[in-house]
Amino acid sequence: MNIFQAENVTKRFANHTALNKVSIAVPSQSIFGLLGPNGAGKTTLIRIINQITGPDEGTLFFNGEKLQPHHVSLIGYLPEERGLYKKMNVGEQALYLAQLKGISKQDALTKLKYWFEKFEIQSWWGRKVEELSKGMQQKVQFIVTILHNPKLLIFDEPFSGFDPINVNLLKDEILQLRNNGATIIFSTHNMSSVEELCDYIALINKSKKILDGSVKEIRTRFKQNIFEFELSNIKIDLKDIASNKFQILTESTEDHITKVRIKTTAGNSPNELIQHILPNAEIHTFHEIIPSMNDIFISQIEGYMEENN
Amino acid sequence: MNKILIIIHREYLSRVKKRSFIVMTILGPILLAALVIVPVFIAQMSDKEKTISVVDEKGIFYNAFPNTENIKFEYSALKIIDAKNNFDSTDYYAILYIPADFVSKPSTAALFSNKQPSITVKQYIENILKKELETMKLSSSGIDKNVLKSIETNINLATIKLKGKGLEEKGNTEISTILGMFSGILIYMFIFMFGTQVMRGVIEEKTSRIVEVIISSVKPFQLMIGKITGIAMVGLTQFLLWILLTFAIVTFFQTLMPNTFNFKNTENPIIGNSKIMNQEQMLQLNEETQYKNQGMRDIIESIGNIDFGVMIFSFLFYFLFGYLLYAALFAAVGSAVDSEADTQQFMLPITAPLIFGLVASQFVINNPEGPVAFWLSIIPLTSPIIMMVRIPFGVPIIEIVLSVTLLILGFLFCTWLAAKIYKTGILMYGKKVDYKELWKWLTYRS
Repeated sequence: MNIFQAENVTKRFANHTALNKVSIAVPSQSIFGLLGPNGAGKTTLIRIINQITGPDEGTLFFNGEKLQPHHVSLIGYLPEERGLYKKMNVGEQALYLAQLKGISKQDALTKLKYWFEKFEIQSWWGRKVEELSKGMQQKVQFIVTILHNPKLLIFDEPFSGFDPINVNLLKDEILQLRNNGATIIFSTHNMSSVEELCDYIALINKSKKILDGSVKEIRTRFKQNIFEFELSNIKIDLKDIASNKFQILTESTEDHITKVRIKTTAGNSPNELIQHILPNAEIHTFHEIIPSMNDIFISQIEGYMEENN
Repeated sequence: MNKILIIIHREYLSRVKKRSFIVMTILGPILLAALVIVPVFIAQMSDKEKTISVVDEKGIFYNAFPNTENIKFEYSALKIIDAKNNFDSTDYYAILYIPADFVSKPSTAALFSNKQPSITVKQYIENILKKELETMKLSSSGIDKNVLKSIETNINLATIKLKGKGLEEKGNTEISTILGMFSGILIYMFIFMFGTQVMRGVIEEKTSRIVEVIISSVKPFQLMIGKITGIAMVGLTQFLLWILLTFAIVTFFQTLMPNTFNFKNTENPIIGNSKIMNQEQMLQLNEETQYKNQGMRDIIESIGNIDFGVMIFSFLFYFLFGYLLYAALFAAVGSAVDSEADTQQFMLPITAPLIFGLVASQFVINNPEGPVAFWLSIIPLTSPIIMMVRIPFGVPIIEIVLSVTLLILGFLFCTWLAAKIYKTGILMYGKKVDYKELWKWLTYRS
């Protein structure tokens, strides 16, 4: 079941096309990474999901229904450029934004109390936003975003401006939200957090979607049959096992331990490689090198650029 | 709809609670009330009762000086030398010395005092001496006092409005002028003050980027209308508070110092002392008083003839719709820029008709029925100011209907136009916007 689905969405502005026949499907109760370089069209897509702007072409579905205005109360949005009324009290402001999302004042008060206690920020309630540091403002805004228990949460670069401790706090909250049934669309440039958090991703470049799928599947899809060993007591020159089947990529020795990366040609099982190594050296570790999201991101974007030039 | 109410609520409360609003609300009426109270107060300030001793060597001016509220005359039989020597031991404000040869040498009269006598006292005495002397001279050359009396003429042209079917209504051009100018300036001030508040509010939301969060919950149009309505209510609140507080302050001072503000008395300062005057003086004074009373009655009557219901209603209407029309345009300007400093180029086409309206009102007041007055009170951009200037002079119903209809249509059109610009503008950051760009936004499909 997909909580959100976009089919062939196109959005044109006066001088350029921001989205060109983009289709994505966001499975329920997952964390979905929306990736792409600056200016790729991510923000436009996010604004379309939030119904801030409408698409020129294409259809959008929320929870199986066509996307409609009343769905905004089921969506929570934390934009990349954070902002609150500077001269307004933290508490009043949180109440105001919560009410705009359609929850009653009483309900909002109870929930705000819970979250302010959880984040240990009760003392900020009566203070003006301009008196808070940037990180503190971000916390308030995070609470406001999730307060109305949205089914779909959209976080645009949620970790920017937070210190590592608060980043961890936030990561835990995001995972908690997903485990409690929410779905999160998560746009970021930080690839390590994608690996850590995301279940699915879509990569957008130059207004087109160029890659999507589950993170595990994609990383497997892009693996290049490279294996890394840590060896000692090597009895032969490792280059001798190189053949048309195996190719030594790197080799380095430190404290009598030799690290070596070997690429096998397609169709060769790693077992065969181990059989070659086993009689000639002591194996300390062995694992397959799976490409990082960072590598995939860069190779995909660069590959796309080359194709189109 | 409910969300618009939430927005109105915030826009209203966040402004009404501001210190600047409270300060303005208190200062405004104090200034207004001061305009009424201070002149009266100043006029009465030095009015301690002054008694002047009259040393009239020939005795021909006995009882010639009518007492006023503040100046009393006592006729002394003393010689001037004795009077001067005794001056310090008396409470007299001054000694008026009229020597025996005064009639032939008028410049010999003098006012002795231990301080510089006030100009009012000096002029009052001079006037009476002059009149008495002239009368004496005229009668000695054979002109009868009564003939003289009949020559003296005062003219005040009564202006009477014909209301059809033989009905007449006394008008007062001065009062209509003051009322018209005052309402026109007030409307101009309010539109400007609260229109720019709308613009600042939009810029604040845009630069603080909160706008993106808000319009993920409500439509941009709802946000714009909510903001404009909220600020309109702030304006109305301020206006009503000003009127109430001004009224309260003036009433307070009136009860505190009833005499100072009893206009009837100050208009007729002399009548109470008529007992001691001779017959002729009394006649003359009565006539003067009557003339003054007539003027006062006219003013009161014409104030009574001004339909304040219509005035207040039309003021509220033109204020509200004039404001709504301009506020929408101000909101559009606010949405198109990144900071208040960038508003200059877009402000001109909005402020120009407003300022033009204010300047034109000076001409309209001189000719409230002319073609300039007619057209400017019909065109929606200037009609809120110009029509308010014209209304105290009486405007045909058909013109009011036309003006009101066009203003409402103008408001709808401006709001539609502004909403299109606003919707695109609030999401545009860091882009230098010009008129060409605005035109592009207007032609975007939604």
